[in-house]
Amino acid sequence: MSIPFLIIALVTLGAAAVAMALRNLIHSALLLVASWAGVAAFYLWAGAEFVAFAQVIVYVGAVSMVVLFAVLLTRRSRDDLAVAPESLGRALSALLAGGAVLGVLFGAVLATGLKVAPGPAPTVSVLQLGQQLMGPQVASLLVIGALLTVALLGAIVIASTDRDDVGASLDDARGRRQAAPLQEPEDTP
Amino acid sequence: MSPLQLCLLFSSALFCIGLIGALSRSNTILVLLGIELMLNAANLNFIAFWRYSPVPAPATGVLFVVFSIAVAAAEAAVGLALVIAIYRHQKNIRLQEATRLKG
Repeated sequence: MSIPFLIIALVTLGAAAVAMALRNLIHSALLLVASWAGVAAFYLWAGAEFVAFAQVIVYVGAVSMVVLFAVLLTRRSRDDLAVAPESLGRALSALLAGGAVLGVLFGAVLATGLKVAPGPAPTVSVLQLGQQLMGPQVASLLVIGALLTVALLGAIVIASTDRDDVGASLDDARGRRQAAPLQEPEDTP
Repeated sequence: MSPLQLCLLFSSALFCIGLIGALSRSNTILVLLGIELMLNAANLNFIAFWRYSPVPAPATGVLFVVFSIAVAAAEAAVGLALVIAIYRHQKNIRLQEATRLKG
């Protein structure tokens, strides 16, 4: 087909595949950010510019930050980012299951006669999207606003420390500081 | 092979990469990243159909994907908050060790 689509597909699939196979957690997260940027490039190629910018803002901007924070908050020492290698049996059975799903999906897509409308991409202006959101889709807009608020509050409540856990986390930090003392710079007299 | 079928093959491949990652890794954050990949593949599917099918209301397809992105982002935030809570309890984030419901 067209060369830009092939480049986008190769970059996205390659980055995603390597991200799922790496052992360093931060490298996986950064490669997945590249994969999300590739998905945004696909949206631009298909003519959905608003969705492409929403993808960049939400995934490349916000979700990647949340993932990196979670990675950095859940390690015990400075070099605890290496994930232990998976057992071979587990990796092989996952590959088998994924390959079976891939075969079924490929067969279904190639066997179905899908109607393709020739012509350029449908153009949607931001004005039309705003009118749709405030008009016929206003119920979905209110529901998604409530959902995002509840999800944010729930995430804060789940991830926050209780009063009696503060002592435990302070002991944790003190133990870590004793294990790896910081090198204070010498004051020049 | 029509261009719509090529786009669907691309999204199916991305979905299966995310599925393999979510099934085989034992680090909880990597499982969540695999699930995010699967959600992205579903959004790719929506945009592929929006692009190539005769649509009477082109704004509806775009809004569907925007809502899907919003829901996926909320789910990622809550999932990672759960990971942080699990880490505080068992001091590592291996999936196999989170086997008890009792806190």
